[in-house]
Amino acid sequence: MTGAQPFARERKLALWNVLIAITALFVGSWFGPLQALEHAGINLYKWLAPGIQSYYQGLTIHAVLNALVWTTFFIVGFLTLTVTYPLKRPLRYPWVNTLALVVMALGLVIAAIPLLLNEATVLYTFYPPMKASSLFYLGLTLVVVGSWIAGYGFFFTYLAWRREHPGERTPFLTFASLVTMVLWQVATLGVAAEILGMLLPWSLGVLSGVDSQLARTLFWFTGHPLVYFWLLPAYISWYGMLPKQAGGKLFSDLMARLAFWLFLLLSIPVGFHHQYVDPGVPPVWKYLHAILTLSVVFPSLLTAFTVIASLEMGARARGGKGLLGWVLKLPWKDPSFTAQALAMILFAFGGISGITNASYNVNLVVHNTIWVPGHLHLTVGSGVTLTFMGILYWLLPHLTGKQLWNRKVALAQAWTWFIGMIFFSNAFHLLGLHFGVPRRTALGAAPYNMPEWRPFQIEAAIGGTILFVSLLLFIAEVVGTLWASKPAEKPVEMPIAESLDDPRRAPAFLDQWRPWLAGVVLLILLAYGPILYEMLRTAQFNTPGWRVW
Amino acid sequence: MNGQVHIHPWEKRWIQFSIVLLVTFMLAVGVSAFAFGFQVPAPERQVDPNTVALEGPFANPGLRELAPGKYEVYILSQIWSFVPNEIRIPAGSTVTFYVTSKDVQHGFLIQGTNINVQVVPGYVSTLTHRFDKPGTYLFVCTEYCGIGHQGMYGRLIVEER
Repeated sequence: MTGAQPFARERKLALWNVLIAITALFVGSWFGPLQALEHAGINLYKWLAPGIQSYYQGLTIHAVLNALVWTTFFIVGFLTLTVTYPLKRPLRYPWVNTLALVVMALGLVIAAIPLLLNEATVLYTFYPPMKASSLFYLGLTLVVVGSWIAGYGFFFTYLAWRREHPGERTPFLTFASLVTMVLWQVATLGVAAEILGMLLPWSLGVLSGVDSQLARTLFWFTGHPLVYFWLLPAYISWYGMLPKQAGGKLFSDLMARLAFWLFLLLSIPVGFHHQYVDPGVPPVWKYLHAILTLSVVFPSLLTAFTVIASLEMGARARGGKGLLGWVLKLPWKDPSFTAQALAMILFAFGGISGITNASYNVNLVVHNTIWVPGHLHLTVGSGVTLTFMGILYWLLPHLTGKQLWNRKVALAQAWTWFIGMIFFSNAFHLLGLHFGVPRRTALGAAPYNMPEWRPFQIEAAIGGTILFVSLLLFIAEVVGTLWASKPAEKPVEMPIAESLDDPRRAPAFLDQWRPWLAGVVLLILLAYGPILYEMLRTAQFNTPGWRVW
Repeated sequence: MNGQVHIHPWEKRWIQFSIVLLVTFMLAVGVSAFAFGFQVPAPERQVDPNTVALEGPFANPGLRELAPGKYEVYILSQIWSFVPNEIRIPAGSTVTFYVTSKDVQHGFLIQGTNINVQVVPGYVSTLTHRFDKPGTYLFVCTEYCGIGHQGMYGRLIVEER
């Protein structure tokens, strides 16, 4: 132990990570309502010039900060605790995880410079041959490399614990956190190859041209498991903590572990479902990925059952009755619970629109339309983000030793997010589905913007405004807890749910890494190997870069 | 296996239901695509984005009648317009679209149809559609392509016979 308090180092690391994450969310979220209002005909961007020069610069900052920075920093901080606490063991090499934080923060600063100077207005997908400042690619690389190092720190810790406790079953929270970090290490190989093999040398003038189709394929190798990297920490809380917060137990430890293994196995070889309309990928490969994508829905359906069953047990233990009446007995006065429960409801609808996206030819109806950001805001913008906010409502008091500043503000925050997101995502889904309205477009300035779209665009703007109010409530809660709150009367601990069944009785294959990792490699080779070889063979690295913003 | 696997009977049913549901989806989209022809774009050909506007079919983009009621149209995407940006065909025509880009990535979507492709420099995207209902169909760029992206669109006009 390094400090007088157990886990003092871990807490400090977690606090730094989540504070950077919250700051990123705060800055990035200002642009959300600006976009929705622009669609509805109210262009506030003109007031931001020359600081922020265009809708698209704002959009890029919104996506990079909210989808990439807020998530990654929060996750690394949160997992620092979920790996170590259940093992009852501090980090094996705390300096490795400190180094990780430094590298990630350095990357963030380096990437922020071109973003703020309008030198990287390429959105968060940075599709070539649009060419950003090389600092942007370098910064992103460092953020990812830093998160890799954080993963190594967790793996060293696990291996040390394993040596100290041979034959013991890995606690669920630690196990699930390690799966999340392994998934991330494998998944990011695609974007690492794209940036280090093509974009970075190209932006530095070493390489004269790129192949945009190959770049897209490498990007989406990472792009889909990326969303599972965001989602799994939310699932960790839903499975491993929320049942405890609701007064129940984890319904099935076995199914929870199986779900995480299936996510590791199936969430990577599915990238072509983002490329159904690409010209350079044969339909048979797209269909193979469609099958695998629908397969990765399965562990989410398992999750739905296990988590709801766990919560029902808690609610019945608290006196809940009836087929559905037990829902009322859930701890709705607890903002941490309420935020996460509402996040689940929104996420369920995001899952349904996700199945639509995954469904091969059905995807033609909505591909590249505003339906897609509608889907993304239900998943990463709600299932993930609102869950992380809910986690912070116990995590910040835990890390600071202070009380949550104002429970009512936190509850209002959760409900306003829920309501705002219903309006916002409903409008976006309908605009994409019925009218084929393109996504990521300054629609207020589009000559083809139709009068029939306007009611929905107003609905989205109302939703976006409510969401922004919710974000301000969240920031008030964070700031209040950090600086205006009283010390907690008794320390707030991480809620760790017990399992209903004895984890030691689960089959041994649920605690063995080798067969699952072999499966991961095999499935990636099958789903990507031959086609990636063919794409590399036929790639023409002859497209020059463009600065078009 | 070093222990007894216990799965709640309702959970078993839920697992069975989930598998049946997902396999049904897989088969439904597979059959509709590979047996009934509701297909996603397939590779057409590669081109040199640096010369595609100067030589070959994209040097003179536009509509060509192949046979009565059967057309092909070559569309060149560039920042920030489609060439051509107006296409007229009689109702009942079957049109094959060939789209590429001479600069950055674009998207090509005809509203109210299943024509929806990513336009990637160096590659030709293609899909075919039969237009029975007369009217004006907007086609818009669906991929962010720079500061003028929102102005990139065109019209396909299906005229009554």
